[in-house]
Amino acid sequence: MNRVRAIALTPGAAVIVVLFLIPLAITCAYSALTRGAYFGLGPPWTADNYRRLADPLYGMVFLRSFALAAASTAICCLLGFPLAVFIARSGRRKNLYLHLVILPFWTSQLVRIYAWMFLLRETGLANGILQALGIIRAPLPLLYNDGAVLLGLVYAHLPFMVLPLYAALERLDPNLLEASADLGARPWTTLSRVMLPLAAPGIRAGAVLVFVPCLGAFLVPDLLGGGKSIMIGTVIQNQFTTARDWPFGAAMSLVVMVIVLVLLWVGAGRRGEDLL
Amino acid sequence: MQPVLELRGVTKDYSAHRAVDDVSFTVQRGAFFSLLGPSGCGKTTTLRLIAGFERASSGEILLNGRIINDAPPYCRNVSTVFQNYALFPHLTVRGNIEFGLRRKGVRDMAGRVNAAIDLVRLAGKESRKPSELSGGEKQRVALARSLVLSPDVLLLDEPLSALDPNLRLEMRAELKSLQQKVGITFLFVTHDREEALSLSDQLAVMNRGRIEQVGAPRELYLTPRTRFVAGFLGSINWIDGVGVRPEAIRLTRTAPQNDVRRRRARVESAVFLGNRLQVRSRTGAGELIVAEASHSEELRPGETVHLWWTAADELVLPPEPQ
Repeated sequence: MNRVRAIALTPGAAVIVVLFLIPLAITCAYSALTRGAYFGLGPPWTADNYRRLADPLYGMVFLRSFALAAASTAICCLLGFPLAVFIARSGRRKNLYLHLVILPFWTSQLVRIYAWMFLLRETGLANGILQALGIIRAPLPLLYNDGAVLLGLVYAHLPFMVLPLYAALERLDPNLLEASADLGARPWTTLSRVMLPLAAPGIRAGAVLVFVPCLGAFLVPDLLGGGKSIMIGTVIQNQFTTARDWPFGAAMSLVVMVIVLVLLWVGAGRRGEDLL
Repeated sequence: MQPVLELRGVTKDYSAHRAVDDVSFTVQRGAFFSLLGPSGCGKTTTLRLIAGFERASSGEILLNGRIINDAPPYCRNVSTVFQNYALFPHLTVRGNIEFGLRRKGVRDMAGRVNAAIDLVRLAGKESRKPSELSGGEKQRVALARSLVLSPDVLLLDEPLSALDPNLRLEMRAELKSLQQKVGITFLFVTHDREEALSLSDQLAVMNRGRIEQVGAPRELYLTPRTRFVAGFLGSINWIDGVGVRPEAIRLTRTAPQNDVRRRRARVESAVFLGNRLQVRSRTGAGELIVAEASHSEELRPGETVHLWWTAADELVLPPEPQ
């Protein structure tokens, strides 16, 4: 039995070690090295990369990223909750709707973000329709701003909120909602006193699944935000590509990771529960 | 006196079938009223119509003389004990019992909750979660949660069916004494005839969405108006079109002398049931007759016996419409 267990666990453990722990160790090492003249990096060991992060400019980028990720999470929750309730109550059609929710994953995220650019640009579909209907005369600047980034983040991460919410609501005994009404609770009270508390594990899981990738997003802010709406992910990506400053990029990645872990621990520890 | 609850021609149609068909009955204040019938007969739907979880397709439901057809569940002063109890898993025993009182914003909540907890003998378990309770304790929390609101009618949906048999008997007795203590009207849905017969002041037998007969348990058992009621409330033999209950049939080895209804039959089986023997025997004409005999009798299959009863034991009922 133990041998079977060991054999079954090995591939997964190997993937985690090779693809996660080793790169993490490499990132730690890089973050304390010095960048080379043109390419690469090397000794001497230094803490300079971390000191440079103290620049208020990066603090602002951190704050902006947190704000955008938090807003995306909140909007995903507000949009996802009614959707998850609807799916959990739609009987035999549940599976059809769940498939529709994950359908976008069948296409590359890059393609889907480009599609949004076509929709939102000045000569795009949205402006075209608004102009044709005579609602606006000049095209609206829908692309390359925080609004477009927020839209893209919500669009890309909504399924990660809907699925855990659905899982929590699907388990909810409909009799509990009837019992609540039976005991005199109006619909909003039933929502806040029965449904939300019982869906809380799903809300927490969904919030983590949306917030963490939103915080590190670089594709959406890069494409939909243009150069104007900068998030941490974009800055980190730049260090590894155009700026060719791998040590600084590595330092910044690690700081973001530590902050996220601390936030999750604080959030979970307060309730005395597991991270997810 | 005005009945606390009255149903007038209540019908509930679903797309495929009629679950409740022209149901009318009245429940007097303080009564223990049962709806008895096989599963799928519409008794639970009737209860849900009264609670407000479903809307009647036609007919009227009156609570204290007021039509409540269109009132949502949270505006009706009735309360439901669900078959699975439907306790809020995130709240403690106390939190569950307080739930309804908080919605009403009553004064002296703590006092009323404590009284309810004492009533159902749950003192000391106030801060437990439902998952930490036994089946019987969950049942009592569900009762307390509803009773603490002093509803006009307490609706109970097969509340004993989730309990194991011994506990079921115990809770049955507890339920009856509880109802007598608090004086609240109970509307009790069950498919268990013993429960209905032993608990009820009045009971209504339902079949295929309709009420077959309403009356006191003794009245329904002794003078059923339909064959369905006669058969559902107890086992019965149909001999030449008249019904005779097994316990009314006497069994002897010698022929009876007096002027009685009688059959000669051969014993097919005699099953020992502890306090009595259940004897299945067949007459020369091929009729199967079930009778009860004293457990001291020794009866062997193939033995010839005399079965007899009096005219007063016979139930003469019209055949069931198909």
